[in-house]
Amino acid sequence: MITVHRRKATRRRERILLTAAVAASLLAVTACSSSSPQAGTSGTAGGSSYGFAAAPQNTSAPITVWVDASRQPAADAFVKAHPEIPIKVETYDGGANGSGSFQTKIEAFNQAGSGWPDVVFSTQNNDAAWASQGSDPFTAPLNKGYLEKSFLDGFTPGALTPTTVDGTVYGLRNDLAPTVTWYDKSLMDKFGYTVPTTWEQYEALGKKVATEHPGYIVGSVGDAWTPEVYFWGAKAPINVVTGVKQFSSNTSDPKSVAMAKIVDSLLKAGSLAQDSVFSPEFVQKYTGKVLMMPGPVWFSGAIFDNKTSLNSAPGTIAAGLPLAWDGESAVAGNVGGGTWYVSRHSTNLAAAKAFVEFVTSSDAYQVDLAPGLPAYKAAADKWLAKQAASGFFTADFAANVTTAASEVWTGWGYPKFSQEAIWAKTITPPLAAGKSLVDLLPTWQTAIKNEAQVNGYKVS
Amino acid sequence: MSLTQGTPLVADPVTRGRRRAGRHDRAVTARWARISYVFVSGYVVLAVAFGVLPTLYALWMSVVDSSGSFVGVQNFVDVYGDFRFLPAVLHVGAFVVIWLVALMLLVTVLALVVHSIGRRWLSTSVRFVYYIPGALAGAASVVLWLFVLNPTVSPVSAVLHAFGFETFVQTVSPGNLPVIFAIIAFWTGAGGWIVVMYGALNSIPTEVLEAARLDGAGAVRTALHVQLPMMRKWISYMAIMSLAAGTQLFVEPRVLSQATQGVVPVDYSLNQLAYLFAFQQEDLNGSAAIAVILLVVSLALSVFFVIRGGLFERD
Repeated sequence: MITVHRRKATRRRERILLTAAVAASLLAVTACSSSSPQAGTSGTAGGSSYGFAAAPQNTSAPITVWVDASRQPAADAFVKAHPEIPIKVETYDGGANGSGSFQTKIEAFNQAGSGWPDVVFSTQNNDAAWASQGSDPFTAPLNKGYLEKSFLDGFTPGALTPTTVDGTVYGLRNDLAPTVTWYDKSLMDKFGYTVPTTWEQYEALGKKVATEHPGYIVGSVGDAWTPEVYFWGAKAPINVVTGVKQFSSNTSDPKSVAMAKIVDSLLKAGSLAQDSVFSPEFVQKYTGKVLMMPGPVWFSGAIFDNKTSLNSAPGTIAAGLPLAWDGESAVAGNVGGGTWYVSRHSTNLAAAKAFVEFVTSSDAYQVDLAPGLPAYKAAADKWLAKQAASGFFTADFAANVTTAASEVWTGWGYPKFSQEAIWAKTITPPLAAGKSLVDLLPTWQTAIKNEAQVNGYKVS
Repeated sequence: MSLTQGTPLVADPVTRGRRRAGRHDRAVTARWARISYVFVSGYVVLAVAFGVLPTLYALWMSVVDSSGSFVGVQNFVDVYGDFRFLPAVLHVGAFVVIWLVALMLLVTVLALVVHSIGRRWLSTSVRFVYYIPGALAGAASVVLWLFVLNPTVSPVSAVLHAFGFETFVQTVSPGNLPVIFAIIAFWTGAGGWIVVMYGALNSIPTEVLEAARLDGAGAVRTALHVQLPMMRKWISYMAIMSLAAGTQLFVEPRVLSQATQGVVPVDYSLNQLAYLFAFQQEDLNGSAAIAVILLVVSLALSVFFVIRGGLFERD
């Protein structure tokens, strides 16, 4: 009896499983067919005058804009200035420290075939390398008829280099981020030191202050952008893009090794911080103790003139020129400088255009609110004049920052992958554990080459 | 469950009412069987749509290239050759071993301890306290741990200092990560399992425990020779479920990576690597290959636990 019952049950179970499987596949099929008309319409020709096939346009469609927390005021200012344009603002991490969130989100939308944001802000300036490539590139070309040449020409010369691939501009620069040599003029005067102009003098001063005034620092290596401050600014050939798919890196070059030695000796002396400048530890330990700090221009509003950070006294902090190797001309490094991208898939390119033009060039954001040096020339001049008028920074702030912006070394490239992410995972932990940077150079080189290879670069 | 297996049905006063054979009962069983299919069908549809079909799709993706032509094991070879693959395997392996061993030992011991608490209110409150962390969503609990692990702001900074960690970066250095992830996972997951194990302990008939006591067994011997063997299936069930979750380690390293500004790498675990393959390198086939490798390994280990734990044996 039992076996008969079992066999019947088994047969019935099979039948039910079969029904379920059929039902599930029907579900899947209907899901596919319901979404396919949408997929079909995108990509049909709209404005070939833009230099790309735009999606069918709808000037009343709301645009979705992604910003990081620091760029929220830019979006707010736009909403205030243009209440007639419907906009949806979403915050994300801005791809900070090479987290790759911009790219991974876009690739997911590429798979889904829908859902792309219209405008994206990124803190990294190497995104054009991937966002302009591939079978379904994300970014719209901007200088092929979409934005006017007169507007694009308004950017500081060289500002759009990181977002330009093969002569096509794929993104707008939000701000310029050349490195300058920040120093505390009041401390320099008090200790009787002269401001260094070369890396050799910098090292000597770092050792001197460590013995004469322990606790004071001349810089920090705790952040992921350390290579962009110290190695980019030292002309070290570590991140060289020689073609769209060609890359080279040499951490054993004399300039790379010389800089690593400086970092090692200052770490040993105790005058280089190892905490991230954005960490509570840094503020706790080093408020009033930063004698010098090579770093990007945006340290101005992010660290010095910021009540929740170092909160320096007005008239004490100065931005010195970038440092040079003895007997050579100085170059500046560069740390980010945000970028704005417009999606090719946008159904309201007119609104997207109004938005990116506003956030990059309008006085209402770039002069009144922006914490960093605007990339748009007219706004930059006004921003610098405003900084000079406020008198917060001492010495010749505007002139030095302008010089630094024109000195960014072009030997450091903009590959698809992030040097910041490699430094953070490969070098930061052993450095914190007390290892020497010179000893870590081969490890660093291997990590960079591996990363370049998996990103499709031919490494030489 | 050898203790009840050989007992003649008629002679057993407890089970006689339930298991008495008869025509009426068979009809009831048949009706129940029909109803059970209705209950199961909802699960089956979802399991097919979100479990079986995606798995088959991943299997297909893992043996073709991006244009859809068959490439055999090439994707697996590529993934294996990737410089991030073996480190990720080692990371996940170390984490799973530490976590599973801790989970099986500590959850069982804690459940036995809680079960032996005589006072009802105390036992209830202890179970509730164990369970609370599990109510926090994965990412939220990791955010909480960010504070615990940072020596500057941690409420247990003395403990961190005792281990020689002065900064957050030192705490989350690569060597410590498997232990840290295991502690986080244990803290969030163990409470739920303790409650489940407690339920399992409750299902052991009091007569059996009384018999053990009459035979002179103390608490420890009862636990070792009566309760533990009867909990075997539950323990292997816990191991299988936790194994599946553990090999898919993703949220913890992802959140820690963002919080440490990349010091915890974005390619720490296998699942993260699959994510990067798919969404950073546009290599969905490589991603599928990693998914299939994970599936095969977890399946193999699950089969081991099923057989050793006697999970599908019927009483």
